[in-house]
Amino acid sequence: MAVEALELTDATVVDLATTTLRELNQGLHDPGGQRRWRIVNPNGAHAVACGLDAEISVEIEGHVGYYCAGMNKLATVRVHGNAGTGVAENMESGTVVVEGSASQSAGATGRGGLLVVHGDAAARCGISMKGIDVVVRGSVGHMSAFMAQRGCLVVCGDAGDALGDSIYEAHLYVRGAVGSLGADCIEKELRDHHAAEVRALLERAGVEDVDPTEFKRYGSARQLYNFKIDNAGAY
Amino acid sequence: MLEEKRAQPQDGWNLRESYLYDRHVIAEIQRAAREGIYDIRGFGAKRRLPHFDDLLFLGASVSRYPLEGYRERCDTDVVLGTRSAKKPLELKIPITIAGMSFGALSAPAKEALGRGATEVGTATTTGDGGMTEEERRHSETLVYQVLPSRYGMNPDDLRRADAIEIVVGQGAKPGGGGMLLGYKISDRVAEMRDLPQGIDQRSACRHPDWTGPDDLEIKIHELREVTDWEKPIFVKIGATRTYYDVQLCVKAGADVIVLDGMQGGTAATQDVFIEHVGIPTLPAVRLAVDALQELGMHRKVQLIVSGGIRTGADVAKALALGADAVSIGTAALIAMGDNSPEHDEDYRRLGSAAGFYDDWQAGRDPAGISTQDPELAARFDPIVGGRRIANYLRVLTLEAQTLARACGKSHLHNLEPEDLVALTIEAAAMARVPLAGTDWIPGRNGR
Repeated sequence: MAVEALELTDATVVDLATTTLRELNQGLHDPGGQRRWRIVNPNGAHAVACGLDAEISVEIEGHVGYYCAGMNKLATVRVHGNAGTGVAENMESGTVVVEGSASQSAGATGRGGLLVVHGDAAARCGISMKGIDVVVRGSVGHMSAFMAQRGCLVVCGDAGDALGDSIYEAHLYVRGAVGSLGADCIEKELRDHHAAEVRALLERAGVEDVDPTEFKRYGSARQLYNFKIDNAGAY
Repeated sequence: MLEEKRAQPQDGWNLRESYLYDRHVIAEIQRAAREGIYDIRGFGAKRRLPHFDDLLFLGASVSRYPLEGYRERCDTDVVLGTRSAKKPLELKIPITIAGMSFGALSAPAKEALGRGATEVGTATTTGDGGMTEEERRHSETLVYQVLPSRYGMNPDDLRRADAIEIVVGQGAKPGGGGMLLGYKISDRVAEMRDLPQGIDQRSACRHPDWTGPDDLEIKIHELREVTDWEKPIFVKIGATRTYYDVQLCVKAGADVIVLDGMQGGTAATQDVFIEHVGIPTLPAVRLAVDALQELGMHRKVQLIVSGGIRTGADVAKALALGADAVSIGTAALIAMGDNSPEHDEDYRRLGSAAGFYDDWQAGRDPAGISTQDPELAARFDPIVGGRRIANYLRVLTLEAQTLARACGKSHLHNLEPEDLVALTIEAAAMARVPLAGTDWIPGRNGR
């Protein structure tokens, strides 16, 4: 199911130019029956809508700073702008959508849910991911999916250097060029069920103009899972 | 001609061992040549280091008067996290249990730490790998570590913790990441950490979503927002450039700083790292207190010191130098039975001996503490272990109170550097207290 823009007529509107971040986040933590929220004038504030734990939807009209939607559970957060470092870090579940671009460490250590970045994501996208799915419409920077453990990273554009360095069992799919692969990361065959996995993720992300069979698949060679001195040069 | 009886080589009197190449060095060179990998082990630094043993208390006499033992009060309580948290930790004793992971330790051992700490009114701490139900259930006050790996980290556990500890480093390996070797990655450990079973698990040495003090400030702010500003936020650092690190932690907004000297223990680290990186606990305490005092934040941002705390004397000396509390790890394991002579036969089968065992990384601990083997773990009774922890914590507290009363102090926190002298020039310079019998503090006032 694609993430769709929400009808906002009955949304609670919070203006961060006149409301403190603490008041906003406390309200989002105790939403009562209010399921739709709209935040205006975020002006790059950090930690906007972090720690949510309810099936609510939050539309943010502008750019946010670090850790927007950090540790999200259940909620749907959509940023109509760019996001700073660590958007949706350690997300458990729910959906976070960035209409613009995201800074470094997008989706870091996320354990579940879906992060969609419609622009580019910077370095370390999906670092230490533990089950989150990340779809980037543009390109990702260097060291993306570093030590990635579980989940899928789908990059419709290019990936920077050292993709998937020290990767564990996460699935990486890149449509464009890869600067270089990190230690123990190798290209693997894209089979039908992999293309199906990409197709399903693109659908959920609302990306319709990209062919899932155009992606290349990368994953762990599993050569560094147990230390061997003959591999010392790879560390 | 007299036939002099020559000493036979087997008597050993004619043999001279090299100071530079002693038997341990020879064994290690040959082990390295044979195995082709550095030595990874548990425990802390084994080399001799300047420590609290090099300090003495000046008991009261004519110029000071003491408090009566057993009759006059000497309080021990401490409150941690008074700077910003809505719910600071109120502990009955200033000795907490340091962060040690489920994975490094067995589930019953973690439970015992919680039981013991709870019995005497203090806190215990999770570790790399997340929070187990056993330790949460049995720990009245539980500090939840946020580590670079974020293994097992989730917002639910963050909210049900009593305090949050951002781990930047530890004394045994400042600048190093974690390591849990394959033989300890059981199914349960693997599941909690989202990893394949049986692999050698490496933990990153840097946090994935922040770098440096300015980012740390924002990270602390996020953790406060996620937990509605209720929980005290600790920052744990290994002792290196302590003066600057402590000031940066204060600037970043920490409520409590946990400072781990190089004697601090580890479950698995390269021997070369344990023995050659970081500074001892003794100078580190002094540097940290200097940094806090210069900012006017001493006692406002609390300081917990760890790394080689074994006795009530160590507790009292750390507090006298300005710490608000101390933390124990290695000593807690020993209290629960690690390295006990009762396991000597088993230790010898593993090529070690009681009193020497440091293969906590290997998961074959005969005491059932540093293992994930169900049979070995079953040897350890968490109720007995908890009782031993509580007993040991009580003894540490009583010993510290004994020393404080002798110095005329009605609270452990009233101990001060003026109560101390040093036995060695090194300790005098590092702790900045006078060499015993002199008024000489090396380096002070150009002397």
